[in-house]
Amino acid sequence: MSAHANLERRRQAIYGWLLLSPAAVLLTLFAFYPSVATLWSSMFSRGTRRKPTEFVGTENYSDLFADPTFWIVVKNNLLYAGITIPVSIFIALSMALWANGKIRARGFVRTAYFTPTVLPMIAAANLWLFFYTPGLGVLDQIGSLFGLPSVNWLGQPETALWAIIIVTIWKEAGFFMIFYLAALQTIPEDLKEAADIEGASRWTYTRRIVLPLLMPTTLFIAVNAMINSVKLIDHLFILTKGGPSDASKLILYYIWEMAFAFFDAPSAAAMTIMVIAVLGIVAAVQFFYLDKRTHYQ
Amino acid sequence: MKALTKFMDSFGAILLAIIWIAPLLFAFWAATHSTSDAVNLNLFSPWTLENFRVAWAGAPWLKYFINTFLLVTVILIGQFFLTTLAGFAFAQLQFPGKDYVFILVLMQLFILPEVLIVENYAMISRLGLFDTILGVGMPYMASAFGIFLMRQAFKGVPIELHEAARIEGCGLLGILWRVYVPLAKPTYLAYALVSVSTHWNNFLWPLIVTNSPDTRPLTVGLSIFGAPENGVDISIISAATLMSVAPLLIAFLIFQRQFVQAFLRAGIK
Repeated sequence: MSAHANLERRRQAIYGWLLLSPAAVLLTLFAFYPSVATLWSSMFSRGTRRKPTEFVGTENYSDLFADPTFWIVVKNNLLYAGITIPVSIFIALSMALWANGKIRARGFVRTAYFTPTVLPMIAAANLWLFFYTPGLGVLDQIGSLFGLPSVNWLGQPETALWAIIIVTIWKEAGFFMIFYLAALQTIPEDLKEAADIEGASRWTYTRRIVLPLLMPTTLFIAVNAMINSVKLIDHLFILTKGGPSDASKLILYYIWEMAFAFFDAPSAAAMTIMVIAVLGIVAAVQFFYLDKRTHYQ
Repeated sequence: MKALTKFMDSFGAILLAIIWIAPLLFAFWAATHSTSDAVNLNLFSPWTLENFRVAWAGAPWLKYFINTFLLVTVILIGQFFLTTLAGFAFAQLQFPGKDYVFILVLMQLFILPEVLIVENYAMISRLGLFDTILGVGMPYMASAFGIFLMRQAFKGVPIELHEAARIEGCGLLGILWRVYVPLAKPTYLAYALVSVSTHWNNFLWPLIVTNSPDTRPLTVGLSIFGAPENGVDISIISAATLMSVAPLLIAFLIFQRQFVQAFLRAGIK
């Protein structure tokens, strides 16, 4: 009997590893090995024709810290995250509360909110280009009706990053809305009735009952929005190319530029490692801290 | 009072909805009118399809469409194959080291492929896959997200069905194919919709690993077509943009419910 169980266990182990192996090979090739290789190459100097690469330890990192552009990019990305995360969560929540309520034209409203989600970021950027173009763009046309001067939204450092931020919020809010919609539909009707009997206002009901029940969804969305604030940079290629004078440059775009425009792979690697570290901290906080604090039952 | 709040709700919701689709509507407007009529918002100007004709002639769009179509298909087939096998192993088999490997897989959820562009580019070149559709698709095939999704779906399958199939003399792979895969159909559908719309829209990685019209997907083609150096005007860019999003957008409008369900299923589990 035990020999049979033993055989079964061995069989499962062999099958298990066999079934895993194709995925394991690809994950190693395109996730684990590249991560290690990035760490490794971030500690070597950039090779030139005359000087081969050599081990420099943390020099690439200290060079980055001494690079003013790096700090501009970090600051931009913090602002980008700091605005897009709360604003798109707030808009998504408002959209969901509306789209879940008894309003007119609900089908149209839901479709309109969600549509940007299925568009490529590149296409979204092209659509918004028509809004932002100075003189001819829709924003300037509307402005001129009120006698406002023409504004080069994408061409001046004060507004370029904000123009980028608006496109990102437009793109992701509708996506986050559907998670709120799903969560709203699980809130039992009796809670609303009980609140009505107690004479609670709609605002009290929303703030004291709905928002706490939506907390796990909000955290899920917040983590996604955080990842998006690293990942969503495609529109930079169309709208500003990180300019003017780096005013709208974000980290991932800078990594791309370092590696594929300036051919400075070690610096790109050092920055990649820092991004991975930040993402890792986000992941750890989510797994070990927030998951425990957001369950109410 | 109640009627007023109700009216305000509808008003706010519809106003936001109009703002939200305005960019798309303006693009449609610009694409169907001559450039000067479009920028002057001349409401009574004649409609035209000329912009679509010019845009279509301006780049090998058909080739781009085929490339994008091949790309999403290749990725989806690879993902289905790899995530089914791995998800099944994680869900239903006991073997030493399983938990550690699973944590490693979950880690990949946070090491975004987008961040590893430099080394992944080196890897693709080493494998001789630079400027091939397979090279664009390969890094996404062993998706940790997909493995996790499949594992969850397979865990929900009652063990009695597994046992029954075994007593009938079905091998392990036979059980996977005849019992688990059919029961996970909704998950496959959801995953397919999410995967196709993600990779139809992906830009940065294809930009890096493609270098010719023969492999370039729509997004990269569109960005090159619309580049300021090319000097194409806003009506023609709008026409090209609408052309390239049309298949996905039409599919979305028809299968809206399934799309939303798919994103939900993929996100929440």
